[in-house]
Amino acid sequence: MSQPPPVRASLFVTCIIDQLYPEVGVSVVRVLRRHGVDVDFPEGQSCCGQPLYNSGFTQEARRLAIRTLDALAGSDYVVVPSGSCGAMMRVFYEDLFADDAENLERAQQLGSRVYEFTEFLAKVLGVADDVTGDDAAGGDATGSEKVTYHPSCHLLREMRVRESPRRLLSGCSGVALVDLPEAEQCCGFGGTFAVKYPHISEEMLADKLATITQSGADTITACDMGCLMHIGGAISRQNLPVSVRHIAQILDGEQA
Amino acid sequence: MAEVVTRQFVPASQAAVKDVQLRQALRRAGSGFDGTRREAIAEVSEEVWEGWREQARKIKEHTIGHLDYYLAMLERNVAAAGGQVHFARDARQANAIVSEIARRNGVKTVTKSKSMVSEELGLNHVLEANGIDVFETDLGEYIIQLAEETPSHLVAPALHKTRGQVAQLFAEQLGVPYSEDIEEMARVARVALRQKFLEADMGVSGANFLVAETGSLVIITNEGNGRLCTSAPRIHVGLAGMEKVIPSLQDLAVFLRLLPRSATGQRISSYVSMVTGPKRAEDEDGPEEFHLIIVDNGRSRLLRDPALRESLYCIRCGACLNVCPIYQRVGGHAYGWVYPGPIGSIVTPGLVGVAEAKDLPNASTLCGACRDACPVQINIPRMLLHLRHQQAESNDENERTSSDTDKLLARGFANVMSSPLLLKLGRTVGRAVSKPLAKSGKIGETRLPLISRWTQARDLPVPAERSFRQRWRDELSKDGR
Ligand code: SF4
Repeated sequence: MSQPPPVRASLFVTCIIDQLYPEVGVSVVRVLRRHGVDVDFPEGQSCCGQPLYNSGFTQEARRLAIRTLDALAGSDYVVVPSGSCGAMMRVFYEDLFADDAENLERAQQLGSRVYEFTEFLAKVLGVADDVTGDDAAGGDATGSEKVTYHPSCHLLREMRVRESPRRLLSGCSGVALVDLPEAEQCCGFGGTFAVKYPHISEEMLADKLATITQSGADTITACDMGCLMHIGGAISRQNLPVSVRHIAQILDGEQA
Repeated sequence: MAEVVTRQFVPASQAAVKDVQLRQALRRAGSGFDGTRREAIAEVSEEVWEGWREQARKIKEHTIGHLDYYLAMLERNVAAAGGQVHFARDARQANAIVSEIARRNGVKTVTKSKSMVSEELGLNHVLEANGIDVFETDLGEYIIQLAEETPSHLVAPALHKTRGQVAQLFAEQLGVPYSEDIEEMARVARVALRQKFLEADMGVSGANFLVAETGSLVIITNEGNGRLCTSAPRIHVGLAGMEKVIPSLQDLAVFLRLLPRSATGQRISSYVSMVTGPKRAEDEDGPEEFHLIIVDNGRSRLLRDPALRESLYCIRCGACLNVCPIYQRVGGHAYGWVYPGPIGSIVTPGLVGVAEAKDLPNASTLCGACRDACPVQINIPRMLLHLRHQQAESNDENERTSSDTDKLLARGFANVMSSPLLLKLGRTVGRAVSKPLAKSGKIGETRLPLISRWTQARDLPVPAERSFRQRWRDELSKDGR
């Protein structure tokens, strides 16, 4: 591998990883460092405000967004291991601060520096440049862990990151990427949606589980712990023989 | 106006997700329509498609931005062609205008071709109350009229019915032998309706577009009966929401490419009818009178709100319904009014009131599939967020419908997340409370309020022993590279 560029990046770890899945954050740091990134963790960060914004509470969301803007003001790059928090910062902060010129400018500034974790690896660091999307699925599966990838909605349709996760996975040794049928169907998490309308959420989840089973994968992965908490929660309840890991954990080579 | 049962969203959707036949019907239709739509796009290429969407969007932005101007132009040109435009402020007024036209002309029988606006107005009931027989002539509309139901999809009103259910309905209502053959069912309906076409003194149609520069009403169908409704009876009444106007025939071209492809994946629909005024001296047939009713019924409220205005760009293609994971599970009726699915979740609160339709903007994961499918690039998720914002924080008390619990939770969450001390405390409490509930690190089914709504189907992790920030301090910060 050629000498990686000397890049400085701040990790925005997201509140769900901070509190519930710290091991994912640890994997993110390890992977970034392995690629030569100088990683720091601005301690002033907590939640980006997305759950509040999605529920319509923009005043409260703004409080958290301003804290986030403050915490990340000095960073060259901001790496976020989540499509939905990344979308919040890159896309929705602009709406949130539409009538607040000063913070709007700061938000736009931040937006141009925010990358979702796999997007950062692919776009900024050029990792897996040599792997094409077509290599995905169909590699030699013998002895490898069969992994299938669920594209989370905000990563896909707000941040417009489609290829990099699959490319990174197919370039990962010991991993055979298998296709997930109807992959781009929402898993039914949707934050508070999952508890406000559990009857609909559970139907969507059931279909997602069925396609995961159909894929024959040993492992389901995604770039968002929200979706994985929801999918994994049902896998655990139903004792399905599928392990659930964030993509950073797979790239980190951490075993299930 | 059509009955509004939007408050019943939760029980209605609970029943709908358990309805196996409904799910089957939805699945077949949804993936069918969406599949052909994708093929139609692939056929012209993504780039060309995006170009068309761009163009259509611009036309809509321009027209809706100058709506008064184009409606006035339309009115002049309809009049110049010998027709008459009526503006109706609300459903009551629109129904009164149509009833008056019918009364003046001694109308006994009305044939109709699909019109969502007439569903919105509840016109059939009003005409029937005046002793007029009303017959829907599109197969789908005819089916739901026989079944005394309402449409469940913008393009395929009887989509919720399986073939067997329709065959059953025909056998019971029309006394024909039970047959699930589609051709046969269509033939049965045609026979039943043929007589009505001959008897009808008034035809009522919707409009897909109104062309301002020519004063024309454009109808796009696959069955051709729309044509019979607009030409055979003595009087033709066209009904349209005021957002249906476009400037010119040239503008129509791009919509004729977008609409059929988005709706059914067809390159072009079987019939495109343009109606310009009543029968002229040189015409062989056509109605003696042509009336165009342009309906507001709450649309000017959407027009005034910059955050919701783009909902008026909708061309009712139904593509957003076909890709919506929520619509695909609950079906159209659960939404409680005429317009279902993603666009319905915006238009309905807009037209019947935010407080009346509280659930609709919330019953979405904001997955964004609708926006990507929409031929006019309507940003539906953004408008859903706006409506949620109104519920949480509107200055208008009637719109501010979020519960006190929601407000307290939001405030509490923001407080905890704003204070390192509270966050630490919150974790300690969270762990203390959840650990006794947990088995091997996970909380299973529990009766705890709120949490039980999660755990009824999914396990929940307990907060980790050390947070990430703790681990950063302990092991990662000094690690360097
Ligand atoms: S919102 Fe867009 S996709 Fe949905 S019906 Fe209207 S035009 Fe079609």
